[in-house]
Amino acid sequence: MSNGYRRIARDGIWDNNIVFAQALALCPLLAVTGTASNGLGMGLASTAVMVASGLLISLFRGIITPQVRIPVFVLIIAVLVTLVDLSMNAWVHDLHKVLGLFIPLIVTNCAILGRAESFASRNRILPSIFDGLMMGLGFTLALVLLGAGREILGSGTLFANAALLLGSWAAFLELELIPDYKGFLLIILPPGGFLVLGFLLAGKRLLDRVVEQRRAEQANAEAAASSQS
Amino acid sequence: MIEEQPVAGPYTHARTSISRTMGLVLLALLPATLYSLYLFGWPAIFLFGTTVLAALVFEAGSLRLAGKRVRPFLLDGSALLTGWLLAMTLPPWAPWWIGLVGAFLAIVIGKQVFGGIGQNLFNPAMVARVALLISFPLEMTLFNAPVPLFSAQAPGFLDSLAITFGQSNQLDAVSSATTLGHLKTELGRGVTLDTASGGVESLWQLTLGEASGSLGETSALLLLLGGLFLIYKRIITWHIPLAMLGSLALLATIFHLIDPQSYVGPLTHLLSGAAILGAFFIATDLVTSPVSIRGQLLFGAGVGLLVYAIRTWAGYPEGVAFAVMLMNACTPLIDHYLKPRIYGRDRKGEPLNYADERGEA
Repeated sequence: MSNGYRRIARDGIWDNNIVFAQALALCPLLAVTGTASNGLGMGLASTAVMVASGLLISLFRGIITPQVRIPVFVLIIAVLVTLVDLSMNAWVHDLHKVLGLFIPLIVTNCAILGRAESFASRNRILPSIFDGLMMGLGFTLALVLLGAGREILGSGTLFANAALLLGSWAAFLELELIPDYKGFLLIILPPGGFLVLGFLLAGKRLLDRVVEQRRAEQANAEAAASSQS
Repeated sequence: MIEEQPVAGPYTHARTSISRTMGLVLLALLPATLYSLYLFGWPAIFLFGTTVLAALVFEAGSLRLAGKRVRPFLLDGSALLTGWLLAMTLPPWAPWWIGLVGAFLAIVIGKQVFGGIGQNLFNPAMVARVALLISFPLEMTLFNAPVPLFSAQAPGFLDSLAITFGQSNQLDAVSSATTLGHLKTELGRGVTLDTASGGVESLWQLTLGEASGSLGETSALLLLLGGLFLIYKRIITWHIPLAMLGSLALLATIFHLIDPQSYVGPLTHLLSGAAILGAFFIATDLVTSPVSIRGQLLFGAGVGLLVYAIRTWAGYPEGVAFAVMLMNACTPLIDHYLKPRIYGRDRKGEPLNYADERGEA
């Protein structure tokens, strides 16, 4: 993998993560992440849309004039979301019943339009598809982490209803971590989404800082070693 | 290095410090707290201890994480007071984890996340109380009639341990609705006030505190004395409590006069629930209430209005916590519009125009 693709992957999943770094797409994020399964479903649907929109927009970037680009992007994304919505309704109907309200709202997910505007409309097809994939995976990671945190704290389970999403083989994912848990309603409600997201953001920054510190120490040690020799 | 010289001058020392303020507030709360603990017995004492201890532990932990010095901030008494006030708003026989989770919500989410003492937007104890009420409606509304310590019905030491720390829902207490809760339910069914009042405590019982309710909702008299002590010591001013209780009493009187059968009278409103505790100890929180006198009057009146509205027309029987938090949210706005006048300038910030200056010009 060339250096450019590695950069795209790092950006999408961690350094420039849609949620953790750009703080975009908070509306669907907070709305659906009552459970980890919902987060996973929403994340995968968004990823599919991002990959496809990256492909289409990069493909047509030569003929879309700057004046009409935003309506065209929105149109392309809306078509893709409609496709995803109908497909989910057809093939994962039970999950669609849970997420159904939010799937059409992927259209308004500012992150998708943002990637179309800032990446896909300026790059070749393959990097655009890859960027959509990585950004989508990063978004999925955030959704699943937030969903898992809220689900564990709020209802004491993990990946409840995963079988609806992935088929009956995924039943082993469904854990009941805390038996007889009475539920912590606040965490399931939207304010809880903000609270858990806040702690996740703080955790990410803490992790980044620790990694940076360790890297700086390593660099210092190497510099000291080379100056001695 | 320059030695710091003591500055000689005609300075008077005001003797105000955070720890002195907190200490006096705690002292003012002490009689009511002790009486409530006596009324509700060992389970209440365990819950109180758990909550206060947890608040201190969370405070110390947060300070360590934030890299601040632990001892001076921990010993200023603010975390102790927050935990104490929170414990006063809990049902006395609630299980231990209510106190623990509440302390976490109050100290970590309500206070330290905002940057510690003096930085919080909302009263930490009220943040915790509202969050607990929304999250655990069952545990937070299970009140029991007072059974004084060492009385015949009171649970023994070991039984009390089981009530607070054991598996919950095993308690065999005489559960009993609070005055406000009872009246709300009955009035909601269309029963007239005269009939509904049959089952509730008399005003005299409410004043003394022989009624069911949260720890700090019981003895209106002792809380009032504590509040007056704080005003006497100039820790708080009279503006917020008077404005809050005044607007609450005024509204209650007006509606009671219009329709005595469906609106509860002013005295019941003042003496039951957390009105007195809220007016003197919670709404007057120095951090989250407005600075100027006019702002404080507006703030207090707003709290009283919201308390009355929530108690009368909303889904919850008691609304002091919600009302205080809503007005906390308005505090920056109030402070913006009701600024104290700058010395030597008028309210718009223009220099004052004196007669002799005008003569010269």
